[in-house]
Amino acid sequence: MLRIVVCVKAVPDPKEAGRIRIDPVSRALVRADLPLVLNPLDKNAMEAALELKEQFDAHLSVLSMGPPPAESVVTECLALGADQGYLLSDRALAGADAYATAYTLAKGIEKIGPADLVLCGRASSDGSTEWVGPELATLLDIPIVTMVKEIVECTGEWWKVKASLDNGYRVVRVKLPAVLTVTRELNIPRTLSFSGIIQARRKQITQWGIDDLDVPEEAVGLKGSPTIVSEMTTRESKRDVEMISGTREEMAERLIQELADAGFLSSS
Amino acid sequence: MKTVEYRHGPVWVIAEQIEGRVRAVSFQLIGHARKLADGLGTPVEVILLGESLDQQAQQVIASGADRVYLGDDPELAVYQPDVYTEIIVKLAQERRPEIMLLGSTFMGRELAPLVAARLRTGLTAHCIDLVLNENKILEQKVPAYGGLISITCPQKRPQMATVAKGVFPRPELDTGRMGEVVLLKVQKNIPRRIETIEIVREEPEGVPLESAAIIVAGGAGASDLEGWHTIAGLAQVMNAALGSTRPAVDEGWTELETMIGQSGKMVSPDLYIGVGLSGELQHMVGIVGAKVMVAINSDAKSPVFEQVDYGIVDDCRRFIPVLIEKIGEYRSEGRELNHGNQDER
Repeated sequence: MLRIVVCVKAVPDPKEAGRIRIDPVSRALVRADLPLVLNPLDKNAMEAALELKEQFDAHLSVLSMGPPPAESVVTECLALGADQGYLLSDRALAGADAYATAYTLAKGIEKIGPADLVLCGRASSDGSTEWVGPELATLLDIPIVTMVKEIVECTGEWWKVKASLDNGYRVVRVKLPAVLTVTRELNIPRTLSFSGIIQARRKQITQWGIDDLDVPEEAVGLKGSPTIVSEMTTRESKRDVEMISGTREEMAERLIQELADAGFLSSS
Repeated sequence: MKTVEYRHGPVWVIAEQIEGRVRAVSFQLIGHARKLADGLGTPVEVILLGESLDQQAQQVIASGADRVYLGDDPELAVYQPDVYTEIIVKLAQERRPEIMLLGSTFMGRELAPLVAARLRTGLTAHCIDLVLNENKILEQKVPAYGGLISITCPQKRPQMATVAKGVFPRPELDTGRMGEVVLLKVQKNIPRRIETIEIVREEPEGVPLESAAIIVAGGAGASDLEGWHTIAGLAQVMNAALGSTRPAVDEGWTELETMIGQSGKMVSPDLYIGVGLSGELQHMVGIVGAKVMVAINSDAKSPVFEQVDYGIVDDCRRFIPVLIEKIGEYRSEGRELNHGNQDER
């Protein structure tokens, strides 16, 4: 049986996340208490796992690290069709950078049991580092292909995938067990079904803290993070804006005049 | 050979080549590495892996490197994750670099975390500036939450960062510069769990963003695919390249290749028109030296209006069709006008 682990992250709703701001005085984050949703690219990782589960006899676990409210995204993945859900949650895990996150997830995967395939979204919408997948693979000592946009062959020990590159793609053979990080091009994620939501109610989410994972406090969270945020600064604007007002037609005409005067409308 | 003792380890750049040519971002990083190395009083060392790269190694030196570690082997012609990682990690354990920089290219984005995790050190993504502070620690500047945050890696070494093309200028070549090329012996038996079989290059459609004189960029304000097509229509009429913000990419209206900003492309158009986007710093840092900037956004309080020359408060889905129509009218009138002038002559 193919054993798949999908790593997911609960992120502030990307549609609202632009409203999170640094307070210029206190330097604290303002409006940081937005509702948490499943990271968009993790939906593609989930979809890939569900399609593999439909194709093969696969067991699908979902793993997330986050505060207790992050349970909602694990529940969502169970409703989508995952067999088991795990949430790594502990005060000591707070403030983790990509390395400490990858370390903790690796410990979680080791505890779940050997996985043939680990799937992650290419990046999270809030952190956007893209590091967790590759660092997780390194810590598990298994290979990784990042930015997978197509799974070409998925039988046997060596799989074949297409992964995005600057202006093109590469065709890669990768030996399982492996980590794949996926792009949006890979598939179109399914939406939640009513029966899935009902079934998810019967599934338990396993919650583990650092004692369950048997990791020292110094190795995780802020303490286990090689990088720190040393300074936050607000940014001043650089340009003097001229607001164009009037009716829609007047605004369009004014803008065209300004652009034409600057020489931008000379050719059609 | 004389030995020089340095207080700090060298500043490293992992250069990237495509078909035997070192990429622009690598030269830009070497230029900046030179400044950092001078600040630390330490040499710049460049790791260059590929095939038939003698000439390129000389260019790397002319760009500011003191030493090039050259892995020249058919096996290294294209990026092979296991082999590249192994070579870089082994050499780093020996040379103990203070700083290691990579381009935020597709290769760099995979290779950097593979190396960082092996060396158990920190790695900062898509920096828009790198400066040494008074303690000679690298401050790695990244836009976040409408401001800039500075990330440091105080204990572990090397301090690693990726940087997009266009953040730093390309250094001038000094062909008289002296430097050393050290040939790396490429180990033949590195076990491979991944193998690159083929690399397919696809020419992007339309006007390439990086060289476009005019860019129309769209964001979440497009609201839906239809709204996005309206914005794309303006780009077409303006003979402009179409750019995007992360929300537009996440919504699936456009491809990742069109994304402008910190983790996307750095652009320098003469004219930039931002439509339905809020001026997030992650996006705005990608626009370098635009002569004229315009924003169209339905929210009068949007931060984008503090960062442009002309602002229009309106729903882009309603305003853009009017603008396109008026541009059409302007152009046909313009042609008549020119025609008239010719008649007079």
